[in-house]
Amino acid sequence: MSQQLLDILKSTFGDAVLETHSQHGDDTAVVAASRWAEIARFLRNDPRCDMDLFVDLCAVDYPRREPRFEVVLHIYSIGKKHRLRLKTRVGDQDGDGAELDTITSIWEGANWLERETYDMMGIVFRGHPDLRRILLYSEFVGHPLRKDYPADRTQPLVPYREGYEKVAPFGPNEGMSFGRQTHRTGKFE
Amino acid sequence: MGDLTLNNTTTHILEGSETGFATTRVDALLGWARKYSLFAYPFVTACCGMEFMALASPRFDHARFGAEAPRFSPRQADLLWVVGTISQRQAPALKRIYEQMMEPKYVLAFGTCASSGGFYDNYTTLPGIDKVIPVDVYVPGCPPRPEAVIDGLLLLQDKIARGDRRPAIVKPREDPKVISASNLVQLRRKELT
Amino acid sequence: MEPLDLELDESELELPTEPMMLNVGPSHPAMHGTVRIVMELSGENILKADVQVGYLHRGFEKMCERGTWTQVFPYVDRCNYVSPMLNNVGFALAVEKMLGITVPERCQYYRVILGELARISDHLTCNGAMAMELGAFTPFLWMIKAREMVWDIMEEETGARLTHSFGRVGGMAKPPSDHFKDMVRATVPRILAIIAESEALLLRNRIFMDRLQGVGIISAKDALSLGWTGPCLRSTGVAYDIRKAHPYLVYDRFDFDVPVGTVGDNWDRFLVRLEEIRQSARIIQQAVEQMPDDGPINVEDPRIILPPKDEVYTTIEGTIQHFKIVMEGIKVPAGEAYSYIEAGNGELGFYLVSDGSGTPYRVRIRPPSFLITAGLERMIVGAMIPDVVPTFGSLNMIGGECDH
Repeated sequence: MSQQLLDILKSTFGDAVLETHSQHGDDTAVVAASRWAEIARFLRNDPRCDMDLFVDLCAVDYPRREPRFEVVLHIYSIGKKHRLRLKTRVGDQDGDGAELDTITSIWEGANWLERETYDMMGIVFRGHPDLRRILLYSEFVGHPLRKDYPADRTQPLVPYREGYEKVAPFGPNEGMSFGRQTHRTGKFE
Repeated sequence: MGDLTLNNTTTHILEGSETGFATTRVDALLGWARKYSLFAYPFVTACCGMEFMALASPRFDHARFGAEAPRFSPRQADLLWVVGTISQRQAPALKRIYEQMMEPKYVLAFGTCASSGGFYDNYTTLPGIDKVIPVDVYVPGCPPRPEAVIDGLLLLQDKIARGDRRPAIVKPREDPKVISASNLVQLRRKELT
Repeated sequence: MEPLDLELDESELELPTEPMMLNVGPSHPAMHGTVRIVMELSGENILKADVQVGYLHRGFEKMCERGTWTQVFPYVDRCNYVSPMLNNVGFALAVEKMLGITVPERCQYYRVILGELARISDHLTCNGAMAMELGAFTPFLWMIKAREMVWDIMEEETGARLTHSFGRVGGMAKPPSDHFKDMVRATVPRILAIIAESEALLLRNRIFMDRLQGVGIISAKDALSLGWTGPCLRSTGVAYDIRKAHPYLVYDRFDFDVPVGTVGDNWDRFLVRLEEIRQSARIIQQAVEQMPDDGPINVEDPRIILPPKDEVYTTIEGTIQHFKIVMEGIKVPAGEAYSYIEAGNGELGFYLVSDGSGTPYRVRIRPPSFLITAGLERMIVGAMIPDVVPTFGSLNMIGGECDH
């Protein structure tokens, strides 16, 4: 049913719509980054589309592609019951230059989600009222969801305690002063 | 570490026990009073909070151990329940709350995430709260059953009574009904002849 | 932590009054976990508020990229930890959408019943906690007692009270136990009786009504623009329920209503959740009648489902199948899909990107409570401090889901 949506998009914006597909039944359109906000506003306001419910905004990192990041927007229309996934590609191989216009003025839910995308992937949204980190602390350096950030690199805010004895692994009778009789003695039964 | 026994002829020296009979009885009285009147500060963050709520509920009821009264100011509390995952961002808040409590204070690490970071071995999780504050009892489990937490609470009360500040950990109890069920695969060590 | 005075601009103040900055800090009993609200107050009225979430960020999306598809289930459980079965079902449906398979009918009924029980547990916790924070301690204890009954069923079925990790791609971890239907049939009326008792205590209480009615109002247009879904959206008057609008599993076979509010205040949200418990009970009763008593629970596909243990130990095909699924993961064809279900807080969506291997390339959870909490700021500005507590409680912000 949302094939009509893709047709409307293609007929209105022509070559700004780079590709479309409907894999697994989800209608998707990849658009040029320069017309992102304009297309989003059209989708919200045009009576044939009427996408009033903002669903999700995220980004995916494809480090071997150029442009590197793909910003993915999901929107839905309560009245017309159709759904669309709108994508665009930004950023170069090193992750710099990933900038996109904000759509906070179109759907307010984009405010926090754009902050989260900035926090996790490092995509800067031009015109965002308050672009700061939301899930991580401001002292954090780097953007953890990128593929080149190792998952276990911690940046502690409070230095870890030294000199305490992490208690050695307990023998079968230690550590708990009661109820010992219900524990196994360490041999296979 | 040696075997821990509770007979009167223990060979383990605790602090202050050289000072004589009267002081030892006073210590015992203080220990008894402290252990049955713990004022809890529930530092609840995540899923273990649901089991904490269940612990406060009528079925498991930690009020019968005297540990119910929650005090939401650290100045008025003496038992810090750290319930749930502590992230790196939350760690300064945890440390500050611990420092604001007054001695004698005890910390119970509720859940695996508080004890060791759980299975969140990543950039954002504090790998165990003992990296920032000292812990008295660790209750592992994800989330631990309320019975295991009651084990931990009783263990803590035991330690308070004895004046023992070494950290302890709650060990799992066997459930004989499950172990003897027939559909479990039994592994046996091969007997070498 | 961020400095308190991030929002304060000295030049805008009128002397001699000074606004007071109040930090409702990340560790606070009424914050349902870890949310920090920095408020600028004038007396008891809130002039500005900055809601800071993220104190429970546990790196869910990054962790998913390190394991296999099946290893995501424990992480997903701990996202919305008051209704973990719904998260399991949502993720399993998403991966099954990418694989293009449908689970057998008995499994669909099983998922529906367990999911609706989880939804009941979610709404009981939310309403109970909200009542407790307003001083009504007794309904909280009663609702937790009802929740224990739900958890007894869950423990019998899945083995764990809270974070079951019971869903699997292509089915469930185990078939229903023998007493499943009897336990469900016995429990649901008892839960409804407890709800009726709690309602009798609360719904005509003048203080409770005054604290909730007319507080925390949001319009339907704002809610849609913010991306609200679920009971919070339905309380504003928009009748959008995914179980009715885009039925999945076997929801189209049941006869149930969708409660919708009018004003969009805390009172409506409280009542919508109470009524949804009743509708979930209706669904469960119908599902228990319709569920087949025998039949497979998992799809019959050796590339997706683990073989039975005795086959693993005795046949070579079973060993290879087990090895490949556990070590390499289920091979999901390359592509992307977005799949959504009606979770306790609204539309829980999973956007999955696969590169064809057994490890997910990207798992994006669309957390309903993150978007709902984004609306908290506009609801409390202009209200008083005591209004923050019921407003925040009625949004049912679950930290694990909000901060994923």
